[in-house]
Amino acid sequence: MEKRGEGKEERVGELSRPTLEVVDLTVRFGGILALDQVSLRIDAGEVVAIIGPNGAGKTTLFNAVCGFVRPGSGRIDYRGEPLLGTAPHRLARLGIARTLQSLGLWPGLSVQENVVAGSNRRPGFVSSLLALPSSDRIEAELASKAHDILGRLGIAGYASAYPLTLPYGVQKRVIIARALMAEPSLLLLDEPVSGLSAEDIDELAGLIKQLRTRMCVAVVEHHLDFVMAISDRIIVLNVGRVIASGTPKEIRDDPQVATAYLGEDVPTPEASSDA
Amino acid sequence: MVAVRSRADRLVASTLRRHLLIALGAAVVLLLLSAQIGAYDDYNLTAVAIFAVAAAGLTLLTGLNGQLSLGHGALMAIGAYTTSLLLKDHRQLPVIVVLLISVVSAGVIGIAFGYAAARLRGPYLAGATLTLAVALPQVATRYKSIFGGESGLTVPPSAPPDWLGADFPPERWLAWIAVAAAVVTMLLLANLLRSAPGRAFKAVRDNEAAAALAGIDVARTQVLAFVISAACAGLAGALFAYWSGITSPAGFSLSLSLQLITAIVIGGLGSLAGAVWGSIVLVFVPLLTSGLASSVHLPSAVADNLPLAIYGGILVIAMLVAPHGIQGALRRILAIGRARREHTPGGGQKGVVDWDDPAPGT
Ligand SMILES: Nc1ncnc2c1ncn2[C@@H]1O[C@H](COP(=O)(O)OP(=O)(O)O)[C@@H](O)[C@H]1O
Ligand SMILES: [Mg+2]
Repeated sequence: MEKRGEGKEERVGELSRPTLEVVDLTVRFGGILALDQVSLRIDAGEVVAIIGPNGAGKTTLFNAVCGFVRPGSGRIDYRGEPLLGTAPHRLARLGIARTLQSLGLWPGLSVQENVVAGSNRRPGFVSSLLALPSSDRIEAELASKAHDILGRLGIAGYASAYPLTLPYGVQKRVIIARALMAEPSLLLLDEPVSGLSAEDIDELAGLIKQLRTRMCVAVVEHHLDFVMAISDRIIVLNVGRVIASGTPKEIRDDPQVATAYLGEDVPTPEASSDA
Repeated sequence: MVAVRSRADRLVASTLRRHLLIALGAAVVLLLLSAQIGAYDDYNLTAVAIFAVAAAGLTLLTGLNGQLSLGHGALMAIGAYTTSLLLKDHRQLPVIVVLLISVVSAGVIGIAFGYAAARLRGPYLAGATLTLAVALPQVATRYKSIFGGESGLTVPPSAPPDWLGADFPPERWLAWIAVAAAVVTMLLLANLLRSAPGRAFKAVRDNEAAAALAGIDVARTQVLAFVISAACAGLAGALFAYWSGITSPAGFSLSLSLQLITAIVIGGLGSLAGAVWGSIVLVFVPLLTSGLASSVHLPSAVADNLPLAIYGGILVIAMLVAPHGIQGALRRILAIGRARREHTPGGGQKGVVDWDDPAPGT
């Protein structure tokens, strides 16, 4: 993948308030306490990994942020504004993009369309209905932007293919391309490297390091080498609770983490329990 | 050669111009055709155009947005009754005004049903729309003084304008109206499907959670699809009223709704061209089968049921031979031809967004 000089740019106008702040969040599914008084924050420009065994509540945390599940109690603030109660489809405009553990590609749309649809910018209904020049212009801009992003991810050649005909590794890049199309300020990735080859994992790590200059990234992932390579901070969840939080080195050395998680065999990710 | 090519490219570079060219071409061919054929075939051409309008709306809802409606016959009835009631009191109202009011009235009813439908999924939605199909004709029977009960309302034909001459056949005039309505409908739908709304419809059909995360308002998209689809059904119903000359509950039974579903499946689910193929099948196959049945001499008990049996048989065979419908089969044949010519199997054009491509594997 082509490297660009973006790593050197400094973030402009960085604010001291966190991008995402979760306070005492509790989510219950019937008798299951999926999240138990979880508090965490993600600051601007940070790459934060959320790790923990299967069923720890990682996906549920993302679902609560995105409005797919209703927390029993607690608070989620995004850039200082309360986020709870916001309909999922409004998040994209607020600058939050998320990939699903189950990918969520639309099989009936080409790769190109799958990516274009990720943009917050789209021609209006009337302008599309009448095929006004403005709709053609916006569509052309979106197509060229999608093409750039696909190119940056090394999959421009698949633009006109349909996603389910493609190798899994390509599908995972398409879904990241869709999220990037929205130019988010907070990117939530749910298990982005599960099922990828070692080479693909390295490339994705490189990409995330580039992205950090433009957005903060929260990654749920099992793959520890990947997590250690990309994160500024790691948050460890276990049975719905935050049991540790710190730099990759601190987490590696934390005895509690070792017994709860790292000491065990790394569980293989299962098919999703997304939204 | 290059200069010619680039001028041609520029001419079709705009979506509107490209779609207008196709629409005008289709309209001219059909109008010329209508002048060559007799009154009976003009009558059948009108029927194809009417079903094509309804089927195009239904394929948008069911094929592209994934909402199964078994009640589209009832939505056609709303258009037809609106037209009939308008003409009962205002005989002289211009056709275009009558059609537009019928479109709006079906669209407004579509908003109400769309909101209900957006809360329902799969079998529940099918059940609700089925109820609509069964219940709505009952309203006409119940409120006899307004809707004319079982015998219905008669619809005065639309007289051809004077400039066409005194002896211009009314069947041909109606065919022109229906063809024009169908072409405009296809043009507008094709525009929508080429752009963001088309993507939103399919995205919601394929994965609602992912659509919401991409900023698409799922419920609003579903209501929108329902309203557009209902408006198309209303237009088809209004034309149907002119075409049949009478609007009665029997004309809008459940079987009409099921025929429309058959048409879009046979034609190729989710494709506008497929809606047209399906409508042609819907109109001409029964004519063909009843012709066949009457040509062999059989006891009437058998002969009466033969057309339906043959019709059913043809549909079953069609689905086995072409599971993606007629349009899907044509697309495959064209793709094989193209690959042979270019020696590039599969082939991947860049940036080509095929607006009426049904989902592969759906
Ligand atoms: N929609 C849901 N309904 C019921 N239980 C759920 C739902 N989503 C998650 N859970 C349960 O909540 C717990 C946490 O799940 P999840 O957040 O998917 O874990 P992780 O992503 O960390 O593997 C699990 O016990 C899971 O079964
Ligand atoms: Mg998970």
